[in-house]
Amino acid sequence: MLNKTTVIQGQTASALLDQGLRTRIIPRLDIKGPNLVKGISFDGFRVLGTPNEMALLYYQEGADELLYYDTVASLYQRNSLKEIVRRTAEETFVPLTVAGGIRTIEDIREILRSGADKVAINTAAVNRPEFLKEAAQTFGSQCIVLSIEAKRLANGSYEAWVNYGRQPTGVDAVAWALRGVGLGAGEILLTSIDREGTAKGFDLDLIRKIGAEVDVPVIASGGAGKKEHMAEAVLGGKADAVSAAALFHYHYMKRVDTLYMSSNHAGLRMGQQVDEGNIDFLRAGAYSGLKESRYQPMAIPQIKDYLARQGVACRAPTRSDREVSGAPQ
Amino acid sequence: MSLNRVVIVDYGLGNLFSVVRALHQLGAEGRISGNPQEIVSAERLILPGVGAFGDGMAHLNERGLVPALHQYAASGRPLLGICLGMQILMSTSEEFGFHRGLDLIKGKVILLERPREDRRFKVPHIGWNALYRPQDSGPNGSGWRSSLLDHVAEGSCVYFLHSYAVVPDSQDTCAAVTRYANNLFCSVIKQGNVQGVQFHPERSGEAGLSLLRNFINDNSRPRPLTDGSVVAGFGLIKEDQ
Repeated sequence: MLNKTTVIQGQTASALLDQGLRTRIIPRLDIKGPNLVKGISFDGFRVLGTPNEMALLYYQEGADELLYYDTVASLYQRNSLKEIVRRTAEETFVPLTVAGGIRTIEDIREILRSGADKVAINTAAVNRPEFLKEAAQTFGSQCIVLSIEAKRLANGSYEAWVNYGRQPTGVDAVAWALRGVGLGAGEILLTSIDREGTAKGFDLDLIRKIGAEVDVPVIASGGAGKKEHMAEAVLGGKADAVSAAALFHYHYMKRVDTLYMSSNHAGLRMGQQVDEGNIDFLRAGAYSGLKESRYQPMAIPQIKDYLARQGVACRAPTRSDREVSGAPQ
Repeated sequence: MSLNRVVIVDYGLGNLFSVVRALHQLGAEGRISGNPQEIVSAERLILPGVGAFGDGMAHLNERGLVPALHQYAASGRPLLGICLGMQILMSTSEEFGFHRGLDLIKGKVILLERPREDRRFKVPHIGWNALYRPQDSGPNGSGWRSSLLDHVAEGSCVYFLHSYAVVPDSQDTCAAVTRYANNLFCSVIKQGNVQGVQFHPERSGEAGLSLLRNFINDNSRPRPLTDGSVVAGFGLIKEDQ
């Protein structure tokens, strides 16, 4: 019952079965210049299409948040990223996090102004941990995510890497997570370099180790290849949120192809030229040409249904007018 | 003046652009302003905000906005507090000490309790959670207590990001509740034209957009008098006070 104090102890009728936990399902869109790409262990990009169309589709399909990851954040490409963020922020209404190349308070301000709700910081924080503190003090912890890219060492510990998984730091990932939260990070985006792009499943040991140390939410990333992996990350890894890229991309890109793209490359990005990246994947006919059989791509609502059956509650997907979630033809 | 013009109070806290974009999506114009005159004369007003209660009140006081907010609320025109903006509507808060709020709705703001035995429940409460009717919401439990929630199905999930929650003195002001571990907190509050939501409707997908649509279509209108003052629940108030 709802008593005078409203915040009460104990059970209530309507909320009896609902303790209020919802695992967030977060599609991760890696961006290189104007393209949506998919990397394998942070290397060897493959162009999949354009980020804005996929982001809108994911929003309509019930993504709980969206994550843009700028893979090669150079000065020249920042403007294109900001434009992508601006467009997505106008047409999607779930939290949007931007990672990659965030180096200064001004970078954060600009990305937030473009429409992001949160920024995820890796390299700049490792180089100068106080940056996290300044960022949290300026914008609030709620929009500062510490991005940790961790590589497993032979002794079973984890090392934080920087520069999109290219450079070791010698910093212990677990200790760094704890320190980063102490400096003001409000969440941790935790990516396993070893599992990223492999479809072999999340590094549950890594997620558990960091989750046991920190009190802020941990977003598991890297390795999701099938629905079972998503459940494992929550039930085994104790992740608070689960991110996946190709698991969703490979399901939806056929439809995006049909909806937005023509077969000629000029139409691919609304008339822009394909100017970078490996487009062999697209030439081969997208999903139909996929050789990586480990992936079992699936729609977001189907993943959520599966998770619910495993006892992992998610927000019920909001269905859009366009029925887009069926399996590819 | 356009009916669908909404002034969003800028007091130096939080990202106001996402509110503007959501309003734009709904065909309304969101105007960010820290000007007391613009706030007092707004057609509709949103008080957003993230961060700590004490900081929020300090920023409002520094900018001289507290009288403007009181004056606006007394006009009878729709006011919507979002997240910290909802908490600031209340009388007091225990966040980092004791603070006085706008006292537009009697009640206090308290810290969510985190269960010791279950590490899955973290504070801040970040993520999607469901809206339920307060149990005593009338015969057959039908209908929401606030038109803000029209067309929002019971159990709809919205996006939360907070550590504190409001506890109104009168449970009649609570229009929706949300459960988080052992906390059953008031997630939508309404007292006349003064309303608040603990979640972020601008980041809550279609359910949040429905709520904002209801807000911009809320036609509670002030009754202007010829001398430019308005009659309101708290008496006659001059617009230029």
